[in-house]
Amino acid sequence: MPNEEIPTSVKLSKYTPYFLILPTLAYMIFFIGYPLVQGIMLAFFDEQGRFTLENVNYLLYGPGSLFWDALKYTILLAAVIIPIQVSIAFGLALLFNLRFPGKNAALYTVILPLTISDVAAGLIWYVMLGQYGFFNKILMNLGIISHPIIFFGIKDMEFIAIVITEIWRATAIVFIIIYAGLQMISHEYYEAAEVFGATTWQRFRYIVFPLLLPSLQAALIIRTLFAFQIFGVVWTLAGRDIPVLAGEAYYAQTELLRPGVASLYALIIAGLSIAVGALYIKFFKAKYLEAGM
Amino acid sequence: MSREVLVKKSDIVKYYLRKIIIAGLVTIAVTWVALPFVMTIIYALSDPDQYYDPHIVIPTRYTLEHIHKLIVLGAWNATINSVIVAVLTILFSFAIGLPAGYAFARYAFKGKDSLKLFIVALRMFPMMVIAVPLLVLYFKLGLADTLLGIALAHTAMALPFVILITSGIIAGVPVEYEEAGLVFGLNRIGAFFRITLPLALPGLAAAAIFTFIMSWNEVFIAAVLSFQNRTLPAFILNLIGGATDFIKFAGAFIMVIPALVFVFVAGKYLVRMWGITLK
Repeated sequence: MPNEEIPTSVKLSKYTPYFLILPTLAYMIFFIGYPLVQGIMLAFFDEQGRFTLENVNYLLYGPGSLFWDALKYTILLAAVIIPIQVSIAFGLALLFNLRFPGKNAALYTVILPLTISDVAAGLIWYVMLGQYGFFNKILMNLGIISHPIIFFGIKDMEFIAIVITEIWRATAIVFIIIYAGLQMISHEYYEAAEVFGATTWQRFRYIVFPLLLPSLQAALIIRTLFAFQIFGVVWTLAGRDIPVLAGEAYYAQTELLRPGVASLYALIIAGLSIAVGALYIKFFKAKYLEAGM
Repeated sequence: MSREVLVKKSDIVKYYLRKIIIAGLVTIAVTWVALPFVMTIIYALSDPDQYYDPHIVIPTRYTLEHIHKLIVLGAWNATINSVIVAVLTILFSFAIGLPAGYAFARYAFKGKDSLKLFIVALRMFPMMVIAVPLLVLYFKLGLADTLLGIALAHTAMALPFVILITSGIIAGVPVEYEEAGLVFGLNRIGAFFRITLPLALPGLAAAAIFTFIMSWNEVFIAAVLSFQNRTLPAFILNLIGGATDFIKFAGAFIMVIPALVFVFVAGKYLVRMWGITLK
């Protein structure tokens, strides 16, 4: 009807969702966009606003700079930890997809490490692996070793302690993502497979694995990005014996009192995350995003 | 046509073998995760003489002295600070994020998919990047070393998660209820507060616990933004540099106890929410 007017409230309601989302966008732009720009300013410009490479030089050649070691260990830790985590989590998810008594209690226990901070996780394994810790005591009392195994103060052993702690702490995140994906697979597929006489291996290879791929990819992306931010566990177990990027950022900020260098470290973490995230998405053709949010 | 059911002996053996293997694997997984928690609690309360005796695995004498020492050093204040920061983070992130979650759940609009993708991508952004530049700004605004300042930064970290969770929860409340409310004369805001919100409340409460845990556990941003008014993880991180073993054990103890409470109270919801937000 041409002379029927659309009420103002209806016209306005077209914009309602934007009004509702606006505060979020404003907040995120302010709290991420502004610090990002400010971070670049801190890292590459001096107080007069002139471009400077002073922070870059300090990061690379400054006294006691551990930049290359930090980069090496951050990537090395991720490369060692993530494949182990994904394998264990995958097996665990398949296990929890079966029916067994006490499943809920077991599930809640397995996710416990997700509810504590990485600092707490580091300290817990400091308790476990110390010279008089549970690990050494039990092995000595069982007669398996005659002297305690020293983890702390020795670089390679600290590396192992960090790997153990991270596997203990963060495998649960990967597990939950894969487990959620596994539960979404319809039982009709299994039934169909049964009708056609598929073996367990065939069921796994042709049903479970392809349908689970998006979840696996999502888990891989999330774990990799978080791995670049590794900090609390390393800082509590090894300090700067095992330097990592986030640890060096913290050290530059709180001990060296050089916010420019700290910002530079943070920007390197962000750059690394964005690069790897983009690489994964390209590699997986963004399939994980189609799998429903 | 009747089928005779024949059970072979080997099938029975297989059945029980399978059960035993499953039980064994589950026991290993649960022990691997739970044992460090248990031993931390035991050793944090252990008598030092017994702890340093290599022949005693499980001590028989216990003491609260290490926990007490940690509290004297300031752990109690730090715990209160952590609670204040986490509660403020819940308030801010829900006040800002709940409307957005509602919009994503209830409206179809241009650009919805890209906006949602933007939020999904934000959740992967390494938030530690904002800490150092934010401190420069906080000095100008007088927010440096304040709990409010930490909470504002934690809100930025929690917002994407809050939006994804709340939109999932609101989408789970049938829109027909809300429409019925509209028919009977409520406006959209009234319908939300009187129909959808009460129905979504249990889920939102769990989302609040989820947000609490995120803020409670965050250490890097909190440690950079504060010098005196530290949250518990920042306080412990700063303390352990020169601390004795038992202070470290006590630190672990004090941070582990709330985790047990969280999982006991909201374990079921937590599993589901991690499933939603991390996919």
